[in-house]
Amino acid sequence: MRRLRLERLANPQLLALVGVLAINWLLFPSFFNVTWQDGRFFGSFIDVLNRGAPVAILAIGMTGVIATKGVDLSVGAIMAVCGAVAATMVVAGYPAPIAVIAALAVGLACGLWNGFLVAVLDIQPIVATLVLMVAGRGIAQLITEGSIVTFNDPSLIFVGTGSFLGFPMAAVIAVVLMVLVTLLVRRTAIGLFIQAIGVNRAAASLAGIHSRMLLMLVYALSGLCAAIAGVVVAADIRGADANNAGLWLELDAILAVVIGGTSLLGGRFSIPMAVLGALIIQAMNTGILVSGFPPEFNLVVKAGMIILILLLQSPYAALPFKRRPAASNKSASS
Amino acid sequence: MKRSLRPLAATAVIFIIAYALAVLQFPNMLSTRVLGNFLTDNAFLGIAAVGMTFVIISGGIDLSVGAVIGFTGVLIAVLTTWLGIHPLVAFAIALGVAALFGAAMGFTIHYLQVPSFIVTLAGMFLARGGASIITQDSVPIKHEFYATLGDLMIRLPGGGRLSFIGMLMIVVFLGGALLAHRTKFGSYVYALGGNSVSASLMGVPVARTTVQIYMLSSTLAALAGIVFSLYTSAGYPLAAVGVELDAISAVVIGGTLLTGGYGFVLGTFVGVMLLGLVQTYIIFDGTLSSWWTKIVIGVLLFLFIVLQRVIFAASAPGEKSPEKV
Repeated sequence: MRRLRLERLANPQLLALVGVLAINWLLFPSFFNVTWQDGRFFGSFIDVLNRGAPVAILAIGMTGVIATKGVDLSVGAIMAVCGAVAATMVVAGYPAPIAVIAALAVGLACGLWNGFLVAVLDIQPIVATLVLMVAGRGIAQLITEGSIVTFNDPSLIFVGTGSFLGFPMAAVIAVVLMVLVTLLVRRTAIGLFIQAIGVNRAAASLAGIHSRMLLMLVYALSGLCAAIAGVVVAADIRGADANNAGLWLELDAILAVVIGGTSLLGGRFSIPMAVLGALIIQAMNTGILVSGFPPEFNLVVKAGMIILILLLQSPYAALPFKRRPAASNKSASS
Repeated sequence: MKRSLRPLAATAVIFIIAYALAVLQFPNMLSTRVLGNFLTDNAFLGIAAVGMTFVIISGGIDLSVGAVIGFTGVLIAVLTTWLGIHPLVAFAIALGVAALFGAAMGFTIHYLQVPSFIVTLAGMFLARGGASIITQDSVPIKHEFYATLGDLMIRLPGGGRLSFIGMLMIVVFLGGALLAHRTKFGSYVYALGGNSVSASLMGVPVARTTVQIYMLSSTLAALAGIVFSLYTSAGYPLAAVGVELDAISAVVIGGTLLTGGYGFVLGTFVGVMLLGLVQTYIIFDGTLSSWWTKIVIGVLLFLFIVLQRVIFAASAPGEKSPEKV
């Protein structure tokens, strides 16, 4: 049953992306026009890759967390903190690599904190990560002292706005990260362990899986991804904005993961599909912008999209008239 | 019963100690004026938090609260200022719209078996987006009725004022407490949060109760939106962004367990007051920046979550252990 659904869900994401891109193309015929200029590609489609990168990076980490039946609400706030760390260190005169490493270390530490709350103190993931979500932005403002810290360090700016083989650096980072993490979970047993924890943590522990360590790892990875996204976003705007960097991006990342077919009830997950989900969201955003609709429509379209996915994933789509399996599902979700 | 009241007592004691410490430093904080402003400034948050308490006791979460507040403000402003409808009629329309909205969310959560988190996330996008589509600017509300309501207050000895919206919040809290502890609906909510399967086996109408819970939350959010529009005399689509987080924080600090099945409406009141105290203290101090509010609330949240864990581990071994997710 599960394998069947996985195969059925493997394709809708690609179809959806193609569909959204096709609608964009209809509304804005030059959508796919890509020009080569100053040693890099330009065009609306390249813009989708570039703008979608931060959410895609977040979604990579979020997929692991959601696969263990958790959720990480703090990634947006961690982005703000890490962007603030990188920016203030560069402004204080440290070389860019050290600033980036420090930012990543802070992100990792934030992730480990979340992991500690969830794995060791056994706190519900929503609540555990809520702590950092609320406090994180305050910490970021503490670091930047309430102002927007701007910087001119060329190597740090390159991370956000540079290009590699003509492709925007942010997109390249997202793809490399996606490949690395996918290899890590699929070429080793880690992915299987994560799924086992998501399906039934107690059973997984009894089967000899170090569920505490793995949960710490998963949240640490999410924190690290948030740090990378935070540095990319800060480098993109050449400044760290503690109030707005990564604001509500945690919701976009969760949405991307869900669009990618990962179940919020834990278990089955796919990192490339989550990245595809992030691209679908961004393709819609860009499409709405280039076709001249006010950006406010974004939220409504996103809401419509969530409802559509819920309908597709609901037990009723598969079992139209049976009620008993639905009732047992509910107990797993509460 | 005594034992189960411990988290509530802990919150109340911490509030009293915190308030006493604040008063020691700034004697002026102990005045009816400050207390009256506590109620007025946090009225919309408190009303929204009552609805959130019910949702959380039932084991769910409602992320759409802030967006519904924003949407209600815009709707009322548009109805009264642009269309010239009397505010009372506009209030009724807004409450009705919100009730339908909440019912739709509850319906989706129950019948599609989806986590409330994701459904109310969609609701949040929908309400916020809908408000932004109606207008992107702040629409002022100028109506005699608003001025009348604004002047309606009880003067307390010592220069304090208990405003209409402050009184409304107290009424909502008392009503919420009665609803939670003295009605059938209230016990259904607790039963659902404890274990929805057992609840349905015992004959709790799960579908109806779920729909009613989210209806209640959205309706109270709309009432909070009305209060917010009375407070600011305007409707703005980006108003009250993030209020759902404050409401959740207040509920948790008030001793309600996020796993559901356990909590107090009056605890939420103490939670809201504690958040208000943090803000007031930072304003009184003057040297602390506003971002300390967020950090302190985060630290408080953490402390209370750990406190709950400790109390539950100590007092009720084997009872509803916070779930291993």
